[in-house]
Amino acid sequence: MVDTRQPLVKMSAITKYFLDVTANNNVTFDLYSGEICALLGENGAGKTTLMNILFGYYACDEGEIFIKGEKVDLSSPKDAIARGVGMIHQHFALVPSQTVLENIVIGTDSGKGLFLDLKTARRKLLALEEQFGLQIDPEARVWTLSVGEQQKVEILKSLYRDVDILIMDEPTAVLAPTETEDLFKTLKSLVGQGRSVVFISHKLNEVMDISNRIVVLRGGQVVAERNTAETTIRELANLMVGRDLLEDIDKKQLEPGQPVLEIQNLDALNDMNLPSLKNLNLVVRQNEILGMAGISGNGQRELSEVLFGLREPTCGAIQINNNPLKFGSPTAAIKLKMGRIPEDRMETGLLMDLSVEENMILEDHAAAEFQTWGLMKSKRIHRYSDKLIGAYNIATAGRDAVTKSLSGGNLQKVMLARELAGRPTVVIASQPTRGLDVGAMEYIHQRILQERERGAGVLLISEDLDEVFALSDRIVVIYEGEIIGEVSGENASREQIGLWMSGVKQ
Amino acid sequence: MIRFRLQKRKPLPAWAKIFIPIAAILVTLILAAIPILIAGGHFWKSYYYLFYGALGTRFNLLETFVKASPLLLTGLAVAFAFRAKFWNIGAEGQLLAGALAATVAGVHLGGVPTPLVLPLVIIAGFLAGGLWAVIPAILKTKLKVDDVVSTLLMNYVMIHIMGALLFGPLQQPGSSWPRSAAIIKAACYPILMPRSRFHMGILIALFAVFVIWFINQKTTFGYRSKAVGVNIRAAHFGGINTTSVMVWTALISGGLAGLAGVGELCAIQYRLIMDISPGYGYSGIVIAMLGNLHPVGVLFSSLFFSVVIVGAQTMSRMTGVPTYIAEVIQGMSLMVMLIFLLFTEYKIKVMKK
Repeated sequence: MVDTRQPLVKMSAITKYFLDVTANNNVTFDLYSGEICALLGENGAGKTTLMNILFGYYACDEGEIFIKGEKVDLSSPKDAIARGVGMIHQHFALVPSQTVLENIVIGTDSGKGLFLDLKTARRKLLALEEQFGLQIDPEARVWTLSVGEQQKVEILKSLYRDVDILIMDEPTAVLAPTETEDLFKTLKSLVGQGRSVVFISHKLNEVMDISNRIVVLRGGQVVAERNTAETTIRELANLMVGRDLLEDIDKKQLEPGQPVLEIQNLDALNDMNLPSLKNLNLVVRQNEILGMAGISGNGQRELSEVLFGLREPTCGAIQINNNPLKFGSPTAAIKLKMGRIPEDRMETGLLMDLSVEENMILEDHAAAEFQTWGLMKSKRIHRYSDKLIGAYNIATAGRDAVTKSLSGGNLQKVMLARELAGRPTVVIASQPTRGLDVGAMEYIHQRILQERERGAGVLLISEDLDEVFALSDRIVVIYEGEIIGEVSGENASREQIGLWMSGVKQ
Repeated sequence: MIRFRLQKRKPLPAWAKIFIPIAAILVTLILAAIPILIAGGHFWKSYYYLFYGALGTRFNLLETFVKASPLLLTGLAVAFAFRAKFWNIGAEGQLLAGALAATVAGVHLGGVPTPLVLPLVIIAGFLAGGLWAVIPAILKTKLKVDDVVSTLLMNYVMIHIMGALLFGPLQQPGSSWPRSAAIIKAACYPILMPRSRFHMGILIALFAVFVIWFINQKTTFGYRSKAVGVNIRAAHFGGINTTSVMVWTALISGGLAGLAGVGELCAIQYRLIMDISPGYGYSGIVIAMLGNLHPVGVLFSSLFFSVVIVGAQTMSRMTGVPTYIAEVIQGMSLMVMLIFLLFTEYKIKVMKK
């Protein structure tokens, strides 16, 4: 592809190391004025790292950056913003207790001497809102806004700083389908008015919808560059993973058995003491995977925490295999043979600073098998952890390796090994493949299916619709703490689930 | 323009754990030469007398062990608590609580068969120190009271309780000084070496090193307390009763500090006085950090401290450098150690423009 125009941004031969890992290897990337360029790649392909370098967040170890024809040396995001580069990360950098306007003026010179000049700032903000069709009340407190609205605040924040190159890191990951449409409209209006956008994503459909040009990264290197009009989803998928993306799910026909998890009239509050689960009812049976779809923040975290014993509900009842679950006690959940895969495996699930072995035995270390009179039976423990490391094919330097040295996929394997070793009657898997590469994802899916065949009931809480569709026998959608709809796996349509996810009932 | 950035470095090999404290001590001694020279001392001569004074003669060597025993116990107390992230800054108060309980037992157990007296005195001291640490542990787990603040403030509470008792019910009859009556003979630690103060408490302290090592490495409780220290949320998720771990950790930690108090009472002073501890509890914090929270590391760092404290006397006599230099060296060693520990995780990257 020959492009004779002068690029707005030119990153040439960028290399970045993190200890042993080469996150970017000799990457060359150009961005032209007035285009939406998609950076496509799997998790860990180096997309975010590359853009963090352009945003001055990381320094590259080798390579040069030119912005608007000028060689630049970015030592902080401040330098980047001064040159017109803005970036919106997946986790927003907003102060929840402050207003939209206050959030927007933070860090800018919007004062007269010692005093803030919010009036002028407000006028400028309203003009921007008008210009780009982003309607937000400048006086609203950020915590009262939806995720989609918060994202608009982030976009306005960049525009307020006169940014003309906007980098968005997986902006649709947290959005409902309708909010995604809104975002795409905004992005189109931005490029229509001469701004440029870098759109980081691993979602093929979206990339096809929104971008003009696509750069595919794999393993820290650029593997291809295509004009969107001249490529297909299939080609992109192959480029992205280096093999066929379509996962072969071999799901046996099984008749669901007895209920193993029953949730009745469950109410719970979130961390801000606001209702997050409202009269929630669910049944999961043996040999069945119940998929729970929904946009994050609709009560999934609270539901899993209640089940895991980390959060006490305000009312309701839960039975596991017809035994009532005592609330607020992880031990009770373990005793009733619940396999628990928490969404934040690094904070809640695993002890990252301990060894792999010490993580394997966390729940069972007091069992008679592993100790007598409080003395650990280290030989048995070694044998047990070696067996699990082998059975789950965990790539580690050994049972004594510190857990944080493992990759994301192997961390999740340690998690599964520990939780499934006791042959649980019910498995609660919360976002089990979030942040994992395709290979690890397939492995986790196979393990979950094996649990189903063994006779466990599985509650799969996931934001990844492909995952929910591929694995579930039955699908429910959670919206604002309620089950808004339920459908069997065969009869489910993406459109229907998408509508439920954005709160539309029939 | 040259700029510096801190960068995460690869985990260091195992030998670094031994090498780093030794390097920190050497650097400390070099840095401490600055105040020594300012005070009019001579580098080689001062350090010669420092080490000669601590290790050069039989008596001095044994004195170094005498001084090391309370430091070792408070160091272990702090290290054991810190490992579970129970930030026990209160070893001083727990030491005093131990000495106080041992005094009450040691003065009043006259009617008990002689072989039972010493065990009872030791148990009383251990429990008193332990329970004094359990109070902030319960406040931490049940009411989320910050343990750094509460353990520290409990020191002052204990100092004043002790003062009140020494001017009141515990005061030696007929004395106008704030001091208790002498403990009975059966409550005194046996002296193990003739013509010295080398007493049984030193063996107790060494035995405690082994016990703490054993708990840490071999027992389910040691595993649980490590898990709680690393990530209390994940430990709770994994079914560990974190409250119980915290309380037992506090009991053992405070108990060790209490034993330090028992030793000072039963082998050195033989009666309770207000300044029974010159701050052993606080030194224990530095010793624990210098020893990397490992019991064997604590053993060596407490020996280093006592060498400095004992040797400073001789150095001062022979060269005129004040004994305060001992405290300067202690403080410096902590700072150097903390800086060294920072560089075990990070390295400085020089960026040339």
